[in-house]
Amino acid sequence: MNLEKVIFAFFILMALTLNFGFFYGDIDNPAHHNIYEFFGAIVVNLVATVLKLGDRSHLGAVLLATSLVALSQLIAGAFVWGIAEHVTMVGLTPHVMASIVSLSAGAVLANVVSVVLLVSDTLMGRR
Amino acid sequence: MINIVFLLLRRLQGPLITLILTYAIAVLGFVLIPSTDGQGHPAPMSFFHAFYIVSYTATTIGFGELPNLFTDAQRMWITFVIYLTVIGWMYSIGTILTLVQEQSFKKMVRALTFRRSVSRIVEPFYLVCGYGDTGRALVQGLTQTGRRAVVIDQNADRINALALEDLDIKVPGLTADAGKPDTLILAGLQSPYCAGVLALTENDQINMQISISAKLLRPELLIVSRAQTSATAANLASLGIDYIFNPFTLFSRILSHALHSPSLYALDETLTSVPHEHCSAPVDPPRGRWIVCGFGRFGQALFEALSGEGITCTVVETDPKLATCIPGSVIGRGSEAEVLLKAGIGEASGIIAGTDNDTNNLSIIITARRLNPTLFVIARQNHRDNDAIFEAAHPQLVLQNGRILAGEVYAAITSPLVVDFLRLAGQEDELWARTLHTRIRAIAGEFNPASWVVDVCEKSTPTVSDQMKTGAHITLADLQRDPLTREICTSSIALLRKRGRDYQLLPNPSDVLAHGDLILFCGDRTAARHMHWLTHNHNTFRYVYTGEEVQSRLMSLFVRGKQRKETRTE
Repeated sequence: MNLEKVIFAFFILMALTLNFGFFYGDIDNPAHHNIYEFFGAIVVNLVATVLKLGDRSHLGAVLLATSLVALSQLIAGAFVWGIAEHVTMVGLTPHVMASIVSLSAGAVLANVVSVVLLVSDTLMGRR
Repeated sequence: MINIVFLLLRRLQGPLITLILTYAIAVLGFVLIPSTDGQGHPAPMSFFHAFYIVSYTATTIGFGELPNLFTDAQRMWITFVIYLTVIGWMYSIGTILTLVQEQSFKKMVRALTFRRSVSRIVEPFYLVCGYGDTGRALVQGLTQTGRRAVVIDQNADRINALALEDLDIKVPGLTADAGKPDTLILAGLQSPYCAGVLALTENDQINMQISISAKLLRPELLIVSRAQTSATAANLASLGIDYIFNPFTLFSRILSHALHSPSLYALDETLTSVPHEHCSAPVDPPRGRWIVCGFGRFGQALFEALSGEGITCTVVETDPKLATCIPGSVIGRGSEAEVLLKAGIGEASGIIAGTDNDTNNLSIIITARRLNPTLFVIARQNHRDNDAIFEAAHPQLVLQNGRILAGEVYAAITSPLVVDFLRLAGQEDELWARTLHTRIRAIAGEFNPASWVVDVCEKSTPTVSDQMKTGAHITLADLQRDPLTREICTSSIALLRKRGRDYQLLPNPSDVLAHGDLILFCGDRTAARHMHWLTHNHNTFRYVYTGEEVQSRLMSLFVRGKQRKETRTE
């Protein structure tokens, strides 16, 4: 067992689970989507992205790309949230909530790809 | 080199994660701590406001604008946050700055900039390896005539000197080991614009490595290499390197030309010098007894040249092992009067100061002149920086490694027929050489003339080729006409014509050109430009050849309209 690998897998999986937890629920119902979970998803995705930096392999490059996709979707969601609450002052209307959640749904997809790659690489390595 | 980028990114992981975590903790704390709107009503802080406050606190900007007045709990938290984030930020910035300052990183950035400037060159360029005296003189000559060059040298000081040099065209330089194939590839060896590789370092081993890499990677390229020993020269020749120059062989050739015929020496000098240098005057070394001071490779080469002309010499050498090779040699430095007297300076007619130390050589010249003022002095100059003192000592002939080699290489890459010309000219007599030298001086003035080769073929002379297809007889003189006034001849001389395997020295102007002819011309720069013009522009060539002006369509419409108007007014 390698502690580095544990941390690496932990963050990648955590990025997916937090992201999914936030996404799960009615798409336009603010009560189903927790802001702390969203914050957590962004932070964990950021850490996962940084952990993927500096890997020369082809797999490393694809992993980094998936993380960047997820991160950009989540940050876009955070922007929508912040602007709705503080700039336009419309608040979390069903329309705004649906936008944020659908952006996070995209991030979930990217994170799923990332986890699938990680798991398949691990299985290939075991063979 | 790409490895370093990944290494840097990996080393940035620590600082970046620290930064993310400290920010996350600080922001989360602000959101969770209960706060009021200033009048005591609870008003939780949003993520946006928390991130805003943490951003200006962590970067030590301390903007100070708060959404609401802080409660004491928030004040406690921000005290903690200041220490947490500022330390985290400082650590990250510090690490990033150290990485940027690191030698390996700087080297990589320099290499990347160099590669970018090489890849931006979209015209033929020469890859010059070694920026010593030779490389420097050569790069100057190349850039002055509008040719591009790329320089590699192991010595960082020389590359810095290149950056400070006042050249007409920017020459990218890199401090790296040219012996490594990677370096050559980085410097554009595989670029389609690379016209030739010039291995000019002082180290034979490195020159060999450069030549081999270039030969294997780009067999069709022109490769010029310097060889300090004949063993290396033979080795390079077996590899099929196009031009191999041994500076000592060159010195020996120059001296034997000078002894054989002074004007031949002047011709040699004129044609194998970097342009924009002053023409050298003919020298006439006497044929009496000579003293050779310093019997290293230089001394040996000149000794052979003198013996080849049947001249007796006395050798003066410090190393007894070398001195005993030649009977009658004197052991000593040559800068002491005693030693020179022992070598018979009184009756000698010439002296060669040929040690590898410039100070010694100057000292020999001064002492020898005092003992015998009529001596013909040949001095070896090792370093270009000593130009001023060598000029002041005014020896009759200065042999300077860098300058001679640079001129030779320059001639080889710009007009390859020069070497053949000099070989053939060596068989002619003094009168022939003197007449030709006077003619060249008359057209080129005090500066060295340009020399260029015209290859009569479809690609390099399309106009001539097209005319010849119609069965026209084009003579050499047609090429030398002025494209502005065809009756005038440009200032150029046809030195040599190569047709198949036959060489013709000074071909007759009325000779008819044939396909595949290679003609070596020399003349002033305008003549070279004019010749390029009329071999590439059909209208110009038609005018020069037939005498009729050909106008462009627009111009002829204009002229016709004007003529019509004139006839109407009449």
